[in-house]
Order: sequence, then structure tokens, then C-alpha cells
Amino acid sequence: MIQAPTGDRSRLWKLWPLVPISAALIFTSALLLLFDASPAEAYRAMWDGSFGGQDKILSVLAFWVPLLLASAGLVITFTAGLWNIGVEGQIILGAICASWVALNVNAPSGVLIPLEIVAAMVGGALWGGLSAVLKTRGKVNEIFSGLALNNLAIILTNYLISGPWQPPEGGSFRGTTPFQDAALWPRLLDSRFSPLSLLLAVAALVAVYFVLRGTTWGLKLKALGKNPYSAYLLGVSSERETILAMMFCGALAGLGGAVRVLSWFDSLRQSISGGIGFLALLIVMLAGYRILWVPLIAFFFSVVLNGSITLQLKTQLHSALGGILTGVMVLFVLLFGSARQLGLGGTQASAGGAPGTDLPDVTPADAITTDIPGGD
Amino acid sequence: MHVELRDIRKYFGHVKANDGISMVLEPGKIYALVGENGAGKSTLMKILSGYQPPTGGEILLDGRPVEFHSPADALAKGVGMLYQDPLDMPPFRVIDNYLLGRDSRVRLNYKDARTELENLAQRYNFHIDPNATIDSLSMGERQQLELVRLLAGGAQVLILDEPTTGISAEQKEILFESMRKMTREEGKTVILVSHKLEEVQELCLYAYVLRRGRLEGEQELPCLNEALVEMMFGQVPQRTRRPAFAVGEPVLELQDVSIESYQLNIPNINLSVRAGEIFGFAGLEGSGQRQVMQVCSGLLSPTGGRVRLNGEDVTGWSFHRRQRDGMGYVPAGRLEEGLVAGLTLTEHLVLARPDKKFFVDWKANQVEMGERISTYQIVGRPETTADALSGGNQQRLLFSLLNTPLKLLLLEHPTRGLDVRSADYTWQLLYKRREHGTAILFISADLDEIIEHSDRIAVFSGGVMSRVLDTQSTTAEELGHLIGGQA
Amino acid sequence: MENAQLIAVLASIILQASPLIIAVCGEILTERSGVVNLSLDGTMLMAAMTAFVVGLKTDNIWLGFAAAAVIGAIFAAIVALGSIRLGQSQVAVGFVLALLGDDLSAFLGQNYTRMRGVSVPHYGIPVLKDIPVVGPILFDHDVVVYFAMALIVVTWWWLNRTQPGLKLRGSGERPTAAFARGVDVNRLRYLYTILGGALVGIAGAAFSLDVKIGWSDGHIRGTGWIALAIVIFGGWSPIRGAFGALLFGATKALATVLQRAFPEVSVVAFNSIPWILMILVLLAVGSDYTERFINAMPRGWQRPLRRVLRVSPPMALGTPFHEG
Repeated sequence: MIQAPTGDRSRLWKLWPLVPISAALIFTSALLLLFDASPAEAYRAMWDGSFGGQDKILSVLAFWVPLLLASAGLVITFTAGLWNIGVEGQIILGAICASWVALNVNAPSGVLIPLEIVAAMVGGALWGGLSAVLKTRGKVNEIFSGLALNNLAIILTNYLISGPWQPPEGGSFRGTTPFQDAALWPRLLDSRFSPLSLLLAVAALVAVYFVLRGTTWGLKLKALGKNPYSAYLLGVSSERETILAMMFCGALAGLGGAVRVLSWFDSLRQSISGGIGFLALLIVMLAGYRILWVPLIAFFFSVVLNGSITLQLKTQLHSALGGILTGVMVLFVLLFGSARQLGLGGTQASAGGAPGTDLPDVTPADAITTDIPGGD
Repeated sequence: MHVELRDIRKYFGHVKANDGISMVLEPGKIYALVGENGAGKSTLMKILSGYQPPTGGEILLDGRPVEFHSPADALAKGVGMLYQDPLDMPPFRVIDNYLLGRDSRVRLNYKDARTELENLAQRYNFHIDPNATIDSLSMGERQQLELVRLLAGGAQVLILDEPTTGISAEQKEILFESMRKMTREEGKTVILVSHKLEEVQELCLYAYVLRRGRLEGEQELPCLNEALVEMMFGQVPQRTRRPAFAVGEPVLELQDVSIESYQLNIPNINLSVRAGEIFGFAGLEGSGQRQVMQVCSGLLSPTGGRVRLNGEDVTGWSFHRRQRDGMGYVPAGRLEEGLVAGLTLTEHLVLARPDKKFFVDWKANQVEMGERISTYQIVGRPETTADALSGGNQQRLLFSLLNTPLKLLLLEHPTRGLDVRSADYTWQLLYKRREHGTAILFISADLDEIIEHSDRIAVFSGGVMSRVLDTQSTTAEELGHLIGGQA
Repeated sequence: MENAQLIAVLASIILQASPLIIAVCGEILTERSGVVNLSLDGTMLMAAMTAFVVGLKTDNIWLGFAAAAVIGAIFAAIVALGSIRLGQSQVAVGFVLALLGDDLSAFLGQNYTRMRGVSVPHYGIPVLKDIPVVGPILFDHDVVVYFAMALIVVTWWWLNRTQPGLKLRGSGERPTAAFARGVDVNRLRYLYTILGGALVGIAGAAFSLDVKIGWSDGHIRGTGWIALAIVIFGGWSPIRGAFGALLFGATKALATVLQRAFPEVSVVAFNSIPWILMILVLLAVGSDYTERFINAMPRGWQRPLRRVLRVSPPMALGTPFHEG
């Protein structure tokens, strides 16, 4: 093990990503065959659904943006060792707050859009912060508070669109009336894709990259996620950093929610998030909690999910196929991926990529010499 | 039962925890197994009770070679071990704990078990309420329960690991009486693993002394304590002359500090450590010194009393606040508490600095860490992760992360796992700190180290702190007495 | 008339709570052995779909239940394999399975939505069902309800009054001590994770074949998560867990009653009750403030209050065990 032929091994490692992809494809193909559908045709339909035309590609991009925003935030919370399942609710709160501005403020676009952005980020951050405070002060596991807050956010949306914000023609449970034009984000070529939103997402990715790579805060989060007690002894306050991390993620997720209402749709809808938060969790897990991998994997997810919607339109096969494809991939990587690929709990990988961690393995982990185990 | 160990060896990598130990234990006798921390006592007893297989060597019971596949297997063959922290189930009822693993029938026979438990307890004068839950029992009662369980499971050979730590004098008497009864009247073999020489002398007929993984000697008991101490520690060196150092004002003061916990009550600690002074806490592990240290650092709140730092009352201050006020703390467990696996050395430095900026200047910190690496002789690079360092280097890393200047430095086992040269070097660095007026308080299990480096010493035994000794005027003999629990 | 209505409401609470009780008992067995199976939501959706489809195709509800149990066991086995054998995070694997089960059930069940299928026949227990008040509430149901009731008792008995139960609890509390007494901790964890999963599967089937008959997309989405919260609230005890399930069942019934009483309040407001309750109960059993509250009470009250308000998980929950 000490001087294994590292060259061969690293070459094999490069092929590793193909394994979960093929496993997922084989699994979904089997499902398709079960339904007497031709996998080849289905995958072609999915491909066409994502790349078969300008509108399709723009739609993939438009779906990609909120995934990027939520994933970028989740890299922060995962780094701090938090399971922010509540990201879905944070997206929804962002959407609700942005909608409130869009419905209630009369101003030109130049004022309205920044206001919407701020409102969405504040809304998401508060929803995330609530989860964090419940954890640090109330000892409520963030998984459960997050789930409850997700559902409460959905219920709040339903309440708003069927109650106070219902269209004048009567509550249809489907959504509010379309917002004023000034409130909507400028979109490219009559599509759902707003270049502004992509700009914001790129800014978020860059911000997260630099937070983890170049700031003391990012380092504190890393320490907290890897060993809370040692982090404490090194001077890190877990309560403060937990709340900040959750609020940071909530703000980005909330921004994603604003993109959903103001660019993907033009109004607040019933299932406004559409599971984007959960998808983002899968994306970040698949990325091994590293920000650099997020854009690529999120793009792949967007392609698969857009494709599966077309698949449903064309072949009547349920669009959940896209979710199955990505889910099986993540499961496969979680079960068989090495500790090196999975930063959380493993010791080798590093979420942020601070200087030094880009270097090849300095010393194998098993070379640690320990004191006499079981000594007196 | 007649037990023979032949050439038992246990290696962990290149560390030889047991290096060819042979001994004979006859039925009807109480044996003592003594040695300083790390001498290999626990490892040997874990092998004899089936928790670990030996790397080499043989165990013979009544002349027949045996192999143990698990602790349960060892017990079935007649060997049971009572741990310092008994292996019981804290939330369970006593009777359930007693029954767990007794047989393979589905239904629990409470009636018979209760009678059996009560009869056994009565035979040894133990008092155990079968319906109490374990977490409501005292340490002594938990031991009694575990002993009864082992006896009911068929133990003919009983190993007791530091059984008198954390139990009352009364319970100790009952325990000793039961051990005498087991050996004299029932012909069992009892092995007492202990540091407390007084107890060993009082109870045991014969002592085996381990040192650095080998059998250093054996001795009929009772004998002179000095004979045992010398075998355990080797020659205790006289203190080498160090230039006298003028100590300054009190930095750390404890006034009537008391700590109550489940396992140990520590009453009335009064202590003052001055600027430039090195103060050593001696004693067996688990005697209370660690808790007192944690009260000094702010990791544990005392039940009563005050803590002062430079005259200011800091009793209610958090660890972080004391840290900012100029306290340094080096814990014993490195990767568990103190270092973060997966973070690089430079990253540790950035976290530990008091002057944190929002944006990290990696280049400057990398250079700074490089300097500290050479100052502290760490084998590693700034970009190495902490878990890739060896134990000794992790220890040096912890030292390198301490800020300068410090008012107070608290150390747990500062040189454990270091070779002699690095230990000396570590102390040279600590001496430099004292010259700058840092008050140093340290815990060590190594008596040599305590005598060599402390200006003053306090010895802990069973939660009680001895009077403060001046190192110049104390002797190894006196320390041995105090460690063994004699005033 | 008032009384009859109340009895009907109480009976419906019992019915509503029954599948939850089954799932909670299953997860308690799993967690008491030291493993967290977080996949419940996906498992139950898959099981509900499978049970409905198998029942429909074979015209046999028992085969439906059996198939659901197998599905539950498979999902649980993946969690066990991932955490015990492969050493991966139980939370991550369980969570992904929860999402995957949701999608899989939607896809596989797509041709069977909103169809009429088979359902568990009503069976009032003779004599007992004629007892006034108690009879119609407890004994005029079907076999699912009786199974849930029996399961509470059996699970409690198994955990607290049998040798295998002691071993099971021992593995979750202090695996080293259990190992010292000859317990094969990891084998036992596999066993109870899978058994617990099978029960969770049966709970899913109990929905689609009995309590919420039929299949549709996301049929009982969220129920699995509520079951997991009830396990915590119930302090890992089947009896307290059953009480928690009834409490959640009651909130649903209450929502219906309140809705009728306050028609001007939006229906969605009442849907939020279970989730708010979930946060509140977890707060109550976990928060430091509860401890302070208890300590402020008279001494005599502290013990009983602590018993009611505080819970502690099995000490080794979620931690892997290695021999030696």
C-alpha cells in the first residue's frame, strides 16, 4: 500500500465517474424496458428536450441558475457539517418575499429588481437562520426543523395564492396574477432565461469559492465541520458560525427562489420550488462537497430534468425518470465512492480547496503513527 | 484455576506494547500487576480476557493451551475482567443488565435471576437493588454488580483494573473482603491491576511489575514500597540543578474550588501559580487533576469556589474569553481535541492566531508556519494535513500554535509519546516561555518529568489534592507515598 | 348525537394513526439497535405503491402487504449495507433513498394512479365491538388497526422483557459492552434494520390498502418524516411513540373539526398544525430551556416532569461498531 503504482491507480480514478453514470443508465434502462419503452428512444427524447433547439437550451440554462444558487449555498452548510434539508423552504421564502415586492412596490425596474433581490435574500436567510437557532438553542436537529419549515413554506405559499394574493377572478390554487412588467427580470429571446440571474449565480459561486479558499470564516466552517471540539479549542464559536452558515445558504437559496418567480415564471405558483432544493442537495453530495464541481454537475442535472419533462410530453412516461437517474447516481457514489471523493466524514478531501489541498496526497492516511492503542 | 502466560507479545506497528511476557498465576491467590502508565498492563490483561489476540505467545489454563475468540469466549472458559469503567448498560435496570447475554432463551427468567443475584451479592456482602437503574448506582455498586455478573458467568480468574478509583473507603473494604473470600475460600485466582502500592501491599501476595512492555521483576508481598517503585520507574533521578528563577506575582489562583461529578468529588482546591513558575500535577490518571485543569481553562465550571487570573475573577468566563485574555491550553488527545484532521498546518495557524483578519494572507501565513516548523522541529510541511503527522509531530504542532505572549499555559501530558530528545527540546521552549513570565501548569503521568521540571508539585489521589510540595525539598519516596494515597 | 360524533372522530383517529404506529415501531427497532434509517419517506411511498399494484393485479391484499414488506426490507438493507459494511454516512444514504423512493414510486406507479383497487375488509371483533364507547372506538376496525395495536405491545415486550430484546438495546446503548457479553453487534444491526424496514413497508401498504386507499403521485409524501420525528418525540419507546402517532392523528381530526367551526379561515392554515407540532415537540424534548424549566419546579415534580418532557437517544445511535 505504501508505494502502490499510483500512476495506474490515478488513471483508474479518472475513469471512476463513468461507473455511477453507467450504473444509473443501466438501472433506468431496465425501468424503461419494464414499461415497454425503448431506452434509446427515451434518451434521445431527453437529449432533444435539452438540446433540440434554442428554446430548449435556454430552458436548460434557466433551470440551471437556481440549482447553482442553492448548491453554492449548500456547499457552505455542508462544509460546516450541517444537513440543510431546509434549503427547499429557503428557496420558497425567497420566492415569497420577492413576490411581495413585485406585488406591492411600484417603481421602475432599476429600483424594483434590486429590491426584489434584497427581499428574497433576507427572506431565505431568516428561514435558514430559524433552523439554525432551533438547532443551537433548541437542540432540534436541522434535518427535522428543515423539513417542517419546508412544509410550512409550501403551506404559506398555498395560503397566499388562495387567500390574500389570489387573482381578482378568484383563487384557483394555481398562482397569483402575473406580476407587473417592471418587476420581471429581462429575459433572453422570449425565453425563461434571464442573463442577470446567471450573473448573480456566477457571482455566488465565485463568492463561495473565495469564502472557502481565502477567508478566516471559511476556514472556521471547515474546522467546525470536521471536528467541532477541536474547532472550539482553536477558538471557533459553533453557535455563531452555524447561524451564519445557515443564513448565508438561505440567502443564496432565497435568491434562487426569486429567479423562479421573476424569470422562470412570472408569478408565485403552487409548487414554486419544484424540488430544486432537494436536487441541489444531491448535486452537492455528488460533487463531493466541492464548489468547483458544482457548475458541471448542476448543468448535468438541469439537462436530465429538462429532458425528462420533454420525455413525458412525448412518450407519456413519467418525468420522475430524471430524478431516478440522478438519484441512483448519487446513491451509487455514496455507497461506493471513496472517502477521498466524499469530504464529509472523510479526512482526505477538503471542501474548499485551500492552498495545499490541491497537492497530491502528501502522506497516506494509514502512515499516521499513533500511541500504543489500549495503553494504560 | 491455574493460569500461565508464555512469552506473550503484542505489537502495534513498530510499538511493542507487550514484548515477551511470561508469568504464572496460581489458584487461591491475589496477584498484583503494577507498572507506570504505558507499561503494557492493560494490553496484557486485554489479551488474557479475550479482547485482543496476542501477536505471539500462549495462554494456558490448568495446563491446557487456550485461544480466546472474544471476551464472552474467555468468560465461558473461566476468565473475566472488571474494567475501571464497568462494561454495563447505564440506562438499564440492574436485573436486565445482569441478564443480558446470560442464556439464549427468549423469555427472561426474572425470578431465578433475582434469587441468584441476591444470593451472590449476599455471599460477598454486596448491596444491590435489582430494580434500580444502573445510572443511579455509585461506581462501587456498579463494580459489585459487574463482579457478580462475571462470577455468575463462571469466572474462575478475575482481573480487576484499578477497581478502587472513585469508590468510597467503605466500598473498598467490602471489595477487598470479597476478593479475599473468592481466593481463600473458593480457590479463585484474582489479579489486581493497580498503581496504589498501599492497596497492593495490603491485599496481594505477589506482585508482577511491568516496565516498557516487559516483565521488570516479581516480588513477594508485602515488601518495602521503594523496591516496587524502583522496579516501576527505574532509578528516580535527582533533580538536575537548574538556575534558580525568580517567580513573580500570582497569575492563576484557585480559591476553595470544588468539583462534583458522577465519578469523583474533588473538594476544596486552593492553589496559586505565579508568573514564571512551573507547577506540576502528579497522580494516577483519573485522580482529579484533569478536572482541576479543565476548571482552570474554563472548559468545566466548578461547583463552588473562584478562579482568578491576574487577580481578576474569571470564574464565569468562557474558554474563549480566557483564551483571548492570554491563556493557552494544550490538551492530551491530539487529533480528537486540539487538531482538526484534514486541515493543513498553515490552516491551523490561521485559526489559532489571535489577530484574525477576514481575508487570509496565505503566503504570509505559509511563511510564518514554515518558520514555526523549523523552530519546533516538526517533520512536515506547511501544506501537510495534521492527520498525516506522526504523534510526536502533532504534539509539536500543538505547541507551535500557542500564541506569544501568554499569561498562563496549561498542559496535559506535554511530552507523552515524544522521544527523549524532543521532550528535552519541548522543555527548553517552555523554559523560554517562563522567562517571559508565563505561568505554566502541567499534568504528567511521568514522575521523572514532574520532578525534573516543576518548581512546585501537587499530588492528586482519589480527588484529593495533597499539600503543595517544593521540588527542591521533596523526595521520590514522598511522592510515591502520596501517589499511592498516603498523606 | 354529539357522543356518536365524538366516538366516530376518536375511531377515525385510531385508524389514521395505525400505519404511523407500525412505521414508528419498525423504526424504533432499527434505531434501538444503533442504526438510523432515514429513508422512511421514500420507503413508505414505494411500499404503498407496490402494495396497491400487487394487490390490484393479484386481487389479494396479503400479497400486497408481503410485497411492501419486501420493498421496505430492501431499502433498509441498502442503508445497513452502506453504514455497517461500507462505512458511509447513514444520513446521506438514507436521505438519498428517501428522495429516490419518491421518484421511483411515481414512475413505477404511473399507470395505476387514481384507480379503484382492493382494500382491507372491515372486521369488527365479535363481542368486544359491542362494548359501549370503547367497542366502536377500538374494536370495530380492520386487521391493520389490530395489527398496530398488537405491534405496540409486542415491540414493547420484545424490547423490555426478552433476552433478544436486551441484546438489541445493548447494541444501541453500548456496543462494546454488548460485544463483551457475546452479542454479534453488527449482525444484529443488520437484522433489526431489515426487520424495521419490513415493518415500515407494511405501514406504507397500510395506507394504500386501508387508510388512504389507492395510489397517486406523492400519495403519502411527508408521512415518513413525521414518523421519524415521532420516534424522537416518543423517546424510542413504542408506547410513547404510539401516543405520539395518536397525537398527530388527532391533529388531523382536529383540523377537520376546526375547519368546520371556522370556515372563514383558509384550509391550508390547518395543514400546518402537524409541522408546527413537530417542531414544538422536538423543542420540548430537546431544548436546554426545558431543563431549566424543570429545575425551576418544586423538587417533587422534577422527576416525573423529566420523565415526561425529556428523552435521550440510544447512546450509540448512528455510530459504527468495530470489534476489539
